[in-house]
Amino acid sequence: MENRPELMFTETDIGRRNRYIENGIRVFFFIMTCLMIVPLLLIIGYLFYKAIPVLSLDFLFKNPEDNMRSGGVWAPFLGTIYLVVVSLMVAAPIGVFASVYLNEYARENWFTRIVNLAVVNLAGVPSIVHALFGVGAFVLFSGLGESILAASLTLAIMTLPVIIASTTEALKAVPMAFREACWNMGATRWQTIRKIVLPNSISGILTGVILQVSRAAGETAPIMFTGAVFFKPIAEGDFFAYNITDQCMALSLHLYTISTQVPDVAEGIPYGTAIVLVASVLLVNAASIALRVYLRTRKKW
Amino acid sequence: MKNKIEINGLKVTYGEKQAIKGISLDVVENEILGIIGPAQSGKTTLLKVINRTLEFTQGTSIEGSVMLDGVDINAMSDVHGLRRRIGMVLPLPVGLPLSIYDNVAFAPRTAGLRNKAELDEIVERCLHQAALWDEVKDRLDSLGTKLSGGQQQRLTIARALSHQPEVLCLDEFSIAVDPVTTMRIEEVLKTLKNDMTILLVTNLVQQAKRLANRTAFMLNGDLIEIDNTDVIFSENPTEQATYDYVNGNFG
Repeated sequence: MENRPELMFTETDIGRRNRYIENGIRVFFFIMTCLMIVPLLLIIGYLFYKAIPVLSLDFLFKNPEDNMRSGGVWAPFLGTIYLVVVSLMVAAPIGVFASVYLNEYARENWFTRIVNLAVVNLAGVPSIVHALFGVGAFVLFSGLGESILAASLTLAIMTLPVIIASTTEALKAVPMAFREACWNMGATRWQTIRKIVLPNSISGILTGVILQVSRAAGETAPIMFTGAVFFKPIAEGDFFAYNITDQCMALSLHLYTISTQVPDVAEGIPYGTAIVLVASVLLVNAASIALRVYLRTRKKW
Repeated sequence: MKNKIEINGLKVTYGEKQAIKGISLDVVENEILGIIGPAQSGKTTLLKVINRTLEFTQGTSIEGSVMLDGVDINAMSDVHGLRRRIGMVLPLPVGLPLSIYDNVAFAPRTAGLRNKAELDEIVERCLHQAALWDEVKDRLDSLGTKLSGGQQQRLTIARALSHQPEVLCLDEFSIAVDPVTTMRIEEVLKTLKNDMTILLVTNLVQQAKRLANRTAFMLNGDLIEIDNTDVIFSENPTEQATYDYVNGNFG
């Protein structure tokens, strides 16, 4: 070939082929991304469209009426809040601190390997199995009866392994070299954890915990036999209307009931219920993202 | 001359692998002991035995004894106190994700010191000693992790000095530091040895020659030779391997 610039920069066959493949692959991945987003938007859009006739503040703050054929979602909405908050109050400390122990203190031996294996497997257990365990352990054996407490504990058992797993991820993201530097200066493990490890993993830990809100709020099976009931009106607008030894309504179960068990429900009500559930979860997730962004701006390496 | 550290028949194994195969050596108070030798010869392991951080590595076993001021370190109940008596600088710079001030004040604080004036004094002195003060004195509250690699390494040295150690272990401290700064730190080490005993593990044979009073040559977990530095670097050290390594014939 002659040594002329216009020849040197002519596209070769290989170069052309690579360019075609590159463009094709890019389009392929883009389509996959669309396939992921489109159903999500369709679902939310459809729910909103159907729910608009019933959506109002009254819908949120009124009990279901007329055998659940009309009225609002106050009792199930508050019930879901109770279930989620109580279950996280139990699961978050246990999960986070257990994970800190497993990561920062425990040596790798047969015991920790079994614990880690158990955590992974527990995360994969279907929720109906957790429900049966909850009935046996909390409702019957512990004598809690069907109550918010029993249902929340069942949800806590269900969310625990995922909280442990996400906390472990967050702790592992803190470089080992930081810990070694502290130990070399005579810091104890706890001093190292308190001053270096936790401040730099807290955003990841919180994100993992908060993401469990959506799981706990959406589950029906674990609460069905342990504390949630079809219908139980409560004082409207009172955030302390439930006692944790009471049974309660829950959005997920309520949605199931009015969609399948009750005839002649006004068309908008199931969709409105779904919107309340989805919106609450999205709101909490948005808050968690905001928190993470805030904590990340303070990230120090 | 008093022996600061006495090591007797030290053997260290990682699982199957023998990292240190039975070495005995003494470190004299207020000397700089250079430790040279190619990779995998057990130099870093030796330092980790001395401040008992090898305990964090699983599957290790240690035989033999290490005495600090005549007391067996493995018999000491206060391992954190032991580590504060020994300053440790690792090869790679680590700025803790704290401000420069807090980096240096970390160890005194964990030891219980709360007095602001004393902390200020320690921070300034240690940063001076690590040849970093002039570059950071106006921004002590900016993050230690945002410093350049060489600055972070000097920050690490300042941290190691902050708990006023009796023994300073430097594990190839100059890997991440430019030659000019290395020279400044070497000058500092020469004055520091009036106050403490220094173990200088280095891959730079010439660094040991410049600084060390005595030099130990380690190879594959064995201590080949330990003698005055001018003997090690002379034409006729006891062992041929020492001569070959020092003169760049291998390693």
